[in-house]
Amino acid sequence: MIRSVAIGLAIALGAGMASAQTPTPTRGGTLDFAVVSDPPNYDCHAHETYVVVQSVGPFYSTLLKFDHSRYPEVKGDLARSWAVSADGLTYSFQLNPDVRFHDGSPLTSADVRATYDRMRNPPQGVISLRQATFADIASIDTPSPTEIVFKLSAPNPAMLQNFASPYNCIYSAAKLKDDPRFPLQNIMGSGAFRFVEHVRGSHLVGQRFADYFVKDRPYLDGFRIAYIPQPSAMLNAMQGGQIKAEFRTIGPADKARLEQAMGNRIKFQEATWSTGLIVAFNTEKPPFNDPRVRRALSLALDRNAASTGLRRTSILREVGGLVRPGAPFAASATELAALPGFGRDINAARVEARRLLAEAGVSNLKFALVNRSVAQPYTPAGIFLVDQWRQIGVEVEHRQLETSPYVQAVRAGNFDVALDFQNQVLEDPTYTLLRYISSDKSPENPSKLVDRELDDLYEKLVRETNAAARAALIRAFEARVMNNAAQVPFLWWNRLVAMDARINGWAMSPSHVHGQDLVDVWLAP
Amino acid sequence: MTLAVPAPARARPSALRSFIAAQPLGAVSLLFILAMVFASLFAIWIVPHDPLKLDFAEILAPPSWSYPFGTDNLGRCVFSRVIFGARTALVIGILASLVGSTIGGLIGVVQGYFGGRLDFYVSRFVDILLSFPIIVLALVVVAMLGKKIVLGVDMNLVVAIAIPIIPKVARVVRSAALSVREMPYVDAARASGFSHQRIVLRHMVPNVFAPFIIMFTAFVAQAILLEASLSFLGLGVTEPTPAWGLMLAGNAADFYREAPWMIIFPGLAISLSVFAFNLFGDALRDHLDPRFKG
Repeated sequence: MIRSVAIGLAIALGAGMASAQTPTPTRGGTLDFAVVSDPPNYDCHAHETYVVVQSVGPFYSTLLKFDHSRYPEVKGDLARSWAVSADGLTYSFQLNPDVRFHDGSPLTSADVRATYDRMRNPPQGVISLRQATFADIASIDTPSPTEIVFKLSAPNPAMLQNFASPYNCIYSAAKLKDDPRFPLQNIMGSGAFRFVEHVRGSHLVGQRFADYFVKDRPYLDGFRIAYIPQPSAMLNAMQGGQIKAEFRTIGPADKARLEQAMGNRIKFQEATWSTGLIVAFNTEKPPFNDPRVRRALSLALDRNAASTGLRRTSILREVGGLVRPGAPFAASATELAALPGFGRDINAARVEARRLLAEAGVSNLKFALVNRSVAQPYTPAGIFLVDQWRQIGVEVEHRQLETSPYVQAVRAGNFDVALDFQNQVLEDPTYTLLRYISSDKSPENPSKLVDRELDDLYEKLVRETNAAARAALIRAFEARVMNNAAQVPFLWWNRLVAMDARINGWAMSPSHVHGQDLVDVWLAP
Repeated sequence: MTLAVPAPARARPSALRSFIAAQPLGAVSLLFILAMVFASLFAIWIVPHDPLKLDFAEILAPPSWSYPFGTDNLGRCVFSRVIFGARTALVIGILASLVGSTIGGLIGVVQGYFGGRLDFYVSRFVDILLSFPIIVLALVVVAMLGKKIVLGVDMNLVVAIAIPIIPKVARVVRSAALSVREMPYVDAARASGFSHQRIVLRHMVPNVFAPFIIMFTAFVAQAILLEASLSFLGLGVTEPTPAWGLMLAGNAADFYREAPWMIIFPGLAISLSVFAFNLFGDALRDHLDPRFKG
């Protein structure tokens, strides 16, 4: 009896402590935050830029979404439950009933099917960047208004994560039937907020959707995005209280400034970012068509020193392989150290680099490193690379271009070596490794390398469902990429989000496109 | 007629002495410019550190004996970068001013000499160019031309800075040429049947040399400032080349609170050098132009 009472007291005490630790959400208020630029248009399916998701995401629902407490696990959004068949070929989803679009019309499985049909088979005049992602979907059935079944032509272990991508906004079938291009210029979803206005170059406003299908959500009355292209202006706005947050990142110096100016009125959340810098060699241009030259240039980079040094003053942080450090399937420290360019003995690596250059018959190598003219983190990274290559006798011209000419130069192959970046919106390796396969299969690969062995490894990985076998394939893929050295990872970024201390319910994730539906966000009084 | 020409050996020191006596501020500026030239030429022996070398152990270190102007966000020696930056400033400044002033000077002389329709149309074109603020014109040119590196110098940047100088020099030299054109020795040359080319090059150009050299000196300062501005805007010299404007741009803006020396010293270098060239230009004008002599 005494034991039962003690246990009961302990439970009550624990519950009391838990409730003391988790404050009760407060309703109301408007979340003002900054985004660097306006979305080009409102069509989630046509873009990969985060400005679209951060601007438009709160207006839409998706089938699944990422669970930030167990990232990269997924949880239901429109789907309240789902099942995957044993052969991995059938995905069945039960949808939440009584979901409504902002115009009051009901959202059913027909709308989900119309949306996925648009993504996998875009009508003329519609751009879908998700077409390849959903190429494995053979058919979509809608047995009832709250049930949808996707049948795949082959097993695809990345498919659940694909369904959780925030870019897969669910559109109204009726609107799409009238005009497949409707979502480009109009916002009409079933998300927690409804669209109020967008003034280009200035702001975008969303208002709480009273009929949102999740009970008692959202907490906020609305949100207002201020489009602020200059980082310094954004910091001033935060310091002055015009905005409460910027959900992409700030740098270490910005953090120090905000801490000093705002004290306990500001708080920070930090995580390894699913974005990393990559050195890409143009394999169609001599001498970069010789893998020995590329490997030598990769070997010359002291990534460990860069990680230690650059993290103090830039957003560059972790040394990692092809998969984000900390993510499932990331290389361990031992596996990484065994890869060329990731060893701990930089002097030995540089001796090997010089030997490889001599063996390739390359002396007095000079080339241009094409880089973005963006202070963080491209400029310090570019300076570091130039310095590292100088140490093996290679002379490099650092050519910094504005983003648009940079992208043009890289896409057109007008470069020797480029400092590129990868943004792993999804953590499944099939998404992550896509940019490394042959350039005729992956438009994301700027190196122009064709390597059929790498493509075969990738195909096996796409179809492999066993985790241990997938890990082995990824390690083999990674080793081949590092030896080919057509594209080699440099450093992974660190995500540091600053926000008003009153903001609650926003969860950090390694990607700046996730967790932006603002459903659970609330403002303390 | 005979002219009493002083012996060159005596004339040079006396000219310098008279300049120093008449223009003490100009002499101080000249000294500063000479120091800059010296620093540029012998930078490699003057600086305590390689200006490109990264030292992560010394990131944002304050000024010390080892690092007289402190270090930047990559641990590079700011003093060494300021000294090497003088080389960038002088090379681009002098080259751009030389190209701009020479082309502008020639246009001005030709305009002044020929007059008439040619003068009218060229003057209107010069007016159009003058209507653009100098930085805007340079921005347009540099954005259109991109980069062309020759012997480590971006020649398109030199051209971009030189173009806005051309109309300004042309306007001043033209007015000097208009008065020279009326001189009896030009009439005499014309009467002797000399070619236009000979008259312009042998009789006009030497006589507008004083305004030319004054403009050239003054525009070195403008060119240095323009190079710094363009580099600050990301359109001039690129990292890791040591350049004063570039040292104020990019990451310096992030760290100026923590490490004010990152912007103080390159800022001072720009201000002092521009000030020195402007003062020297003014002093030269006062010294060479008889209208300014008491």
